[in-house]
Amino acid sequence: MNTAENTSEALLSLKNISLSFGGVKALTDISFDIKKGEIRAIIGPNGAGKSSMLNVINGFYHPQEGEVWFNGNLRGSLKPHEIARQGIARTFQNIALFKGMSTLDNLMTGRITKMHANIFWQAIWKGKAEREELEHREKVEHIIDFLEIQAIRKTPVGRLPYGLQKRVELGRALAAESKLLLLDEPMAGMNVEEKEDMCRFVLDVHEEFGTTIALIEHDMGVVMDIADRVVVLDYGRKIGDGFPDEIRADQNVIDAYLGVSHD
Amino acid sequence: MSPVILNTIEVILNGLMTGVMYSLVALGFVLIFKASGIFNYAQGVMALFAALTLVGFQTGQVPFSHLINVIFGTNYHNWSNGINTFLAIVLTMLVMIALAWLVERVVLRHLVNQEQIILFMATIGLAFFMEGLGDLMWGANIKVLDVGLPSGGSFWLEDVTREWASEGSEYYGMYIDVLDVWAAGIAVVLVIALTIFSQYTKTGRALRAVADDHQAALTVGISLRTIWVVVWSIAGFVALVAGIMWGSKSGIQFSLSLIALKALPVLILGGFTSIPGAIIGGLVIGVGEKLFEFGIGPLIGGATENWFAYVLALLFLMFRPQGLFGDKIIERV
Repeated sequence: MNTAENTSEALLSLKNISLSFGGVKALTDISFDIKKGEIRAIIGPNGAGKSSMLNVINGFYHPQEGEVWFNGNLRGSLKPHEIARQGIARTFQNIALFKGMSTLDNLMTGRITKMHANIFWQAIWKGKAEREELEHREKVEHIIDFLEIQAIRKTPVGRLPYGLQKRVELGRALAAESKLLLLDEPMAGMNVEEKEDMCRFVLDVHEEFGTTIALIEHDMGVVMDIADRVVVLDYGRKIGDGFPDEIRADQNVIDAYLGVSHD
Repeated sequence: MSPVILNTIEVILNGLMTGVMYSLVALGFVLIFKASGIFNYAQGVMALFAALTLVGFQTGQVPFSHLINVIFGTNYHNWSNGINTFLAIVLTMLVMIALAWLVERVVLRHLVNQEQIILFMATIGLAFFMEGLGDLMWGANIKVLDVGLPSGGSFWLEDVTREWASEGSEYYGMYIDVLDVWAAGIAVVLVIALTIFSQYTKTGRALRAVADDHQAALTVGISLRTIWVVVWSIAGFVALVAGIMWGSKSGIQFSLSLIALKALPVLILGGFTSIPGAIIGGLVIGVGEKLFEFGIGPLIGGATENWFAYVLALLFLMFRPQGLFGDKIIERV
């Protein structure tokens, strides 16, 4: 499973990222990279800056300092939807689905960056627009099968239970066929059974589609099981970076998690 | 059948058709409100502006002719004897799209993440601006709009219904304006087309996605700015259709923009976020005000159509503030 060793090429490199809101420093001088085809976990106590890090990667936040290199290019100041079009998809800690729309429509919307028919052809539903709809519908059905959510294809997702919503959100991110998939606490608030399912899906996605994944997770057991490499944040600084075994033995990390006082 | 029943049926039919027209205006509001959370006060003025522009193109007026003539001392009014109606409609639509683009560029872009009330105030400003712009471009005189839709009472219906009345009664048949029937038919087609578009196309899904959750829409790669331009263009298109219908019915003049105010009770009834709500709300108000005027109006001095809708809306606000179909308002403490 350690694909990290096989390919050494970095898909995303963050160099000396610093982010602050007014006087509050959220991230301080953080550098790490995500290699093609690996599962990279970002861990840390509450308020460590993990979600801020993800928001920097997908463009919701613009760091005051530092560089983001994606796919070999230095990324300028782009808007989130432009970054999505470059091939970064994500899910959210507190689920951001289109609640009024069905599972199927949510996934189809996830593929929007792949569809190119102009509004005129869409309006008459002919030519390229029609072909595209059918073609993408097929891809989406494949993902629905894969995530075992056939039964809720037509259900408005607002009505689904929490665990299923998380799964639909994963599906929508998958539908984009992105180069990099960001998962913000995909297993938060789930029971053991749901967690196991989700773990399996993440691993399957990784194997079947070869997607590079960066995920934030609190459950240490899960992280140590599925991640190829782990980066640890605390108080907006990087305090550890390496393979799961190294991290487990790292004294700084243990201190952070046991709550040794900072002075 | 007794004439009373026939009269009531006639009132209901007329009410339904007026209601469809209300729905059409309300629809423009709902589209923009859902996608951007803005209550667009300028919707009525957009209908007026669209109708003015259409007549301007149709009759071959020179835009800003008064201004040009004052500044340069010239005397231009028309550049041709007018153009084909269909072509004029297409040109007007292009103007509405350009307007949508300008609104995004000049107004909305700078007000992202502002309070709703500020956006609302901006649309009030927009309404005054467009009213002035319309006058300046095409002149403030009252204009007649004729796009070739048939109008006038239907003699056929009069004849048929006269037969239905019971023997010996003085009943002269139902009066229904053919233009109203056309307007209702076109409005129905428009609503169905918009619904299909929003359900089964990429852009339609993007529109619904933005209406649902801005953040999530961004992360799947939808540009909010593009969607806003699309939404305002569609609202412009709806305004154009509404402008054509109301304009052919009662001429193009400033009061046309006031029909937008009638859309307010419709929205309170139907809910600000529901397209079916806008339609049913429009029908309920249309039928309600006509029936009230017919049944109770004479007892209290008539002219009830002016206020009935608002009173009904007030009652709704007291008992069901989210409207018939609106998203339920849940306050968690």
